[in-house]
Amino acid sequence: MTTVFGHSLTELLGQLLLGLVNGSFYALLSLGLAVIFGLLNVINFAHGALYMLGAMLAWIGGEYFGLGYWPMLVIAPLVVGAFGIVFERLLLRRLYGLDHLYGLLLTFGLTLLIEGVFRSFFGVSGQPYAVPAGLGGAFRLGFMVLPIYRVWVVAISLTVCLATWFVIERTSLGALLRAGTENAPLTKAFGVNVPLLITLTYGFGVALAALAGVLAAPILQVQPLMGTNLIIVVFAVVVIGGLGSIAGSIVTGIALGVIEGLTKVFYSVGSSTVIFVVMALVLLVRPSGLFGREH
Amino acid sequence: MKIVQSVRAGFQPALAVTGAIAALALLVATPAQSQSPKLSDQAIRIGFITDMSSVYSDLDGQAGATAIQMAIDDFAAKNPGIKVELMSADHQNKADVASSKAREWFDQKGMDMLIGGTNSGANLAMKAVAADKKKPFFSIGAGTARLTNEECTPYTVHYAYDTVALANVTGGAVVRAGGKSWFFLTADYAFGQSLEKDTAAVVTANGGKVLGEVRHPLNASDFSSYMLQAQSSGAQILGLANAGGDTINSVKAANEFGVTPGMKLVGLLMFITDIHSLGLQLTQGMYMTDGWTWNQTPESSAWAKRFFAKVKRMPTMVQAGDYSATLQYLEAVKAAGTDDGDAVMAQLKKTRINDMFTKDGYIRADGLMVHDMRLVQVKSPAESKEPWDYVKLVEVVPGEKAYGSLAESKCPLLKK
Repeated sequence: MTTVFGHSLTELLGQLLLGLVNGSFYALLSLGLAVIFGLLNVINFAHGALYMLGAMLAWIGGEYFGLGYWPMLVIAPLVVGAFGIVFERLLLRRLYGLDHLYGLLLTFGLTLLIEGVFRSFFGVSGQPYAVPAGLGGAFRLGFMVLPIYRVWVVAISLTVCLATWFVIERTSLGALLRAGTENAPLTKAFGVNVPLLITLTYGFGVALAALAGVLAAPILQVQPLMGTNLIIVVFAVVVIGGLGSIAGSIVTGIALGVIEGLTKVFYSVGSSTVIFVVMALVLLVRPSGLFGREH
Repeated sequence: MKIVQSVRAGFQPALAVTGAIAALALLVATPAQSQSPKLSDQAIRIGFITDMSSVYSDLDGQAGATAIQMAIDDFAAKNPGIKVELMSADHQNKADVASSKAREWFDQKGMDMLIGGTNSGANLAMKAVAADKKKPFFSIGAGTARLTNEECTPYTVHYAYDTVALANVTGGAVVRAGGKSWFFLTADYAFGQSLEKDTAAVVTANGGKVLGEVRHPLNASDFSSYMLQAQSSGAQILGLANAGGDTINSVKAANEFGVTPGMKLVGLLMFITDIHSLGLQLTQGMYMTDGWTWNQTPESSAWAKRFFAKVKRMPTMVQAGDYSATLQYLEAVKAAGTDDGDAVMAQLKKTRINDMFTKDGYIRADGLMVHDMRLVQVKSPAESKEPWDYVKLVEVVPGEKAYGSLAESKCPLLKK
């Protein structure tokens, strides 16, 4: 059998596939961050907490309201999106004229608040959440076992990512959004309600985080701190892709998932750091990221 | 019992002055003590430093402080004349935070005894401070056997469990039941490495073999890649040498990737809170080692129900250990008639421990509290009779057998 550094090709193929699965998940999360940064110029540190909120809501829906996975897949992003809209209207918009750091601090504070409240109510051990009935089981591919649920996660993540990219880059609504960020006063002069566009964009961005949270609920431990580690990785993805670049965040999300997956085979203990090593290297060569525009 | 921020370097001269005044005041005011124990400053001060906000906070945390306070209240009810105070703090799983807080409390707050909660790294740091100050240190939630081996001190008591006992009890039982070939999934830090090493030794000593292992970073979240590696090893047993959220995510991934029918999962360190979080459906049939189970005796069950009334969760062996250790310490101070570290340690080491935590436990010269361990198996949903009724007893392993003999201890104190 052909081997690469002591690992058989079929084994590596399995790991590549898993890397794609995780990568599409990173892509979904970093997409929300990139949309928000691209259009609002806000570094949304609360993204991890809102992702957790999506997963916790999925569990709360099942536990207290008898709502299963499918209804919550729609309801949780809507609830979190609405929460994001209220947050943007009441607090975040007051910081647009200021330095990035203020937005970062405000959203970081929101993160601590949300995580703290959920921790004191539900503890940190996590809540049980089963894979939805229709998606249980696995494909036996010969070289690996691929759970059907993971295939579903890839399918929905990629669909949502591509649809978002299409709307922003290829439609007139997207053109208005981009115009609003380039030059808000001029866009307003054409009769476009720019503040409303910005509010809805933030709501949409955080709803994406909540969607990722619901998708993660059946496969990861559902608990208040589940977003803390992830947010750092996702930030690295966005930075490597180029801050604010929609396509960049999708492509780098998937690529880094694959790189991380392969690191788990060749040098597992480095798997949590490899993304940051890549980030450092990319920033050395291209300070604005792989897909970022030079200013 | 609130957390006080540590005083920074700029205040040192002022502190020295206050210290001198305090010392003078102590000399002048000779305390008129009516109670029997001679206390260093009219009260016994207990410190408790653990993870209160992160991955291990459910299995000990704030509820651990509640357990300690229950012991203090129970003791005070019988000994109204002795004043006992509790201070607690969050070490955030950082060894430097743990040791600097311990040092501050010993130096400035007159702490007489320190209880170390979860995290082996933090406990190794705290035991060094306690030994330096010659004060008793009870390590309850930490797993690493180094506490009573290479790094033992005359003042450390390792109370609830250690990695050697986990390896001997679970590892030994699984190999004897036919699980001969193992693959380890190990958290890459002091605790996970100890647990893997100790278990691998037990497996090979019992005629089994280790086919491979993979080390993952702490809080790895996605374990799917490791499941693929475990499957391709062809081993019968997947040993999880990790804890808390890592164990939970490993078990979830193992079920998802169809590891479990072919390979048997063995959680080398699992707590009742982990089973609660995963549900019996995913965990049924798993073996684990418990230093204490809440419904093991009517006495422990009664205590657990009191605890449940306060925190709405059943206690883990660590929280029960917090209670028991505090009570044993307070009784030892009373019996010794002083809170002097050396005298209390001597008293503790000659006393048999009989309470709701254990029967006939004893503290060995290397600081290990030797007590019976329980090999338990997770019940199926049908077998569970009431909420939190999750495990059934397979066998009670006598303390000496679980922890190994004193002759096997690598504690340098023993070689005088």
